[in-house]
Amino acid sequence: MSTFYFIAFLSIFFSILVISAKNPVHSILYLILTFFTFTIHYILMNAQFLAIVNFIVYMGAILVLFLYTLMLINLNKESEPVKPFMVKIAAVFGGGILAVALVSSLKSLGVSDPVVLKNPELGLVKNLGKVLFNEFLLPFEVSSVLLLSAMVGAVLLATKDPKEPKVTI
Amino acid sequence: MELTDIAIKFGLIIVIFLISLVVAMYSTYAERKIAAFFQDRMGPNRAGPGGMFQPLADGMKMFMKEEIIPTNATPFLFIVGPSLAILTACIGSAVIPWGQNFVIGDKIIPLQVTDINVGILYIFGVVSLGVYGVMIGGWASNNKYSLLGAIRAASQNISYEISMGLSIIALLLVTGTLSLGEIAQQQHGWHWNVIYQPVGFILFLVCAFAETNRTPFDLPECETELVGGYHTEYSSMKLGFYLFAEYINMFISSAVMATLYWGGYNYPGMDWVTAHVGPVIGPLIGTAVFFAKIFAFIFFFMWVRWTIPRFRYDQLMDLGWKILIPLAIANIVVTGIVITLLN
Repeated sequence: MSTFYFIAFLSIFFSILVISAKNPVHSILYLILTFFTFTIHYILMNAQFLAIVNFIVYMGAILVLFLYTLMLINLNKESEPVKPFMVKIAAVFGGGILAVALVSSLKSLGVSDPVVLKNPELGLVKNLGKVLFNEFLLPFEVSSVLLLSAMVGAVLLATKDPKEPKVTI
Repeated sequence: MELTDIAIKFGLIIVIFLISLVVAMYSTYAERKIAAFFQDRMGPNRAGPGGMFQPLADGMKMFMKEEIIPTNATPFLFIVGPSLAILTACIGSAVIPWGQNFVIGDKIIPLQVTDINVGILYIFGVVSLGVYGVMIGGWASNNKYSLLGAIRAASQNISYEISMGLSIIALLLVTGTLSLGEIAQQQHGWHWNVIYQPVGFILFLVCAFAETNRTPFDLPECETELVGGYHTEYSSMKLGFYLFAEYINMFISSAVMATLYWGGYNYPGMDWVTAHVGPVIGPLIGTAVFFAKIFAFIFFFMWVRWTIPRFRYDQLMDLGWKILIPLAIANIVVTGIVITLLN
């Protein structure tokens, strides 16, 4: 249990650093650390497959792409957008309301009620695969269609319109 | 877990770590000697007999050189970059089965640090993490060439990771397990996976070249375009760490390829040999065979480096996305159909 509290503390600590870091590249690096602590959480819950997939997909692929994009952007002080004073006040107000809503909803939730899994080895690859491909086959396949449509959309956005005349240099 | 078990694991980790370092050190020497052989030269031959102490001399030089951190660099991340590179290179060896289990008395000593049941995915995760060392170092140098090298490394790694993952999926259809220890055991007696998955092996091999940044895919450090690529600003041991990480990566990926596709520590006539020399020498011979396979792969890496010229960057991307990925998907489909028909 103490391991959990330590890791949970680290997760929250790093996620606060993500939003408070001045340099966007630093905040991505903190985000990587945050995801790493999530991986440890999954391992603590004996969900090995989820842990390693979180490690590969989030830490290894998505955040690399985040870093990649940020490195291509000019991050100088001059290019930073200057927001008007009114927008800042509105942002603080909106954030405050969100915090109040969150706190009140958490308060009404009451004490946490830990869910005990019927099968503690559910997180292992074999059991997870059986559950995914038997009980939840339809949602699983539908979500893959969702991903496919996102991919097709990205390709469509990236390719140029064939009707436009080709630019020759 | 008893104290002796912990001590054995600890010893095993240290031995594997030392072996990786020594192999990486002497890979630099082998690389230069092999390059010399291919180009009809002598290669390093001054330090010690046949230049045997050249890696020691190089290492000494790396340690003794002045450390330079550029004025405009981000100092902390500039140091984190090479450290991460060498860290991710070293942790990959934890799941590789180096040999059969030793049996001493009634004690079974596995020659594998840990046999987690997601072993392949662990290797895959470590590989995908490896790019951070290059990216962080390249960005923190605050140099345009370094940044371009880092960006190239990132996009190259991500592109080739996809086909690598897809080729592993086809392998999993054949083996039915994710644990490297079990995969090595299954290949006992000529059931080597390369016979069942030849296309998958070639895909994996090409992707391993790309993931370790070896020629013909070493675009991140392409010196004709980018000076030194991501390590342009690095000097002394920090540069040494980057170069060292590449050789350790090469060693680990050779070990992974030997385990996944070339039978690991299995060799023809293994049962007969083990029955004749006893349960201690037998596994040792298996380990020696495994290392022979690894060295053959390392030699192959070097052979390719000094034979094939570097790709152009658009050719690299075309190969990854338009040839390897469709081929890998076709491989999965064909493997699936064949397995379904045979059952």
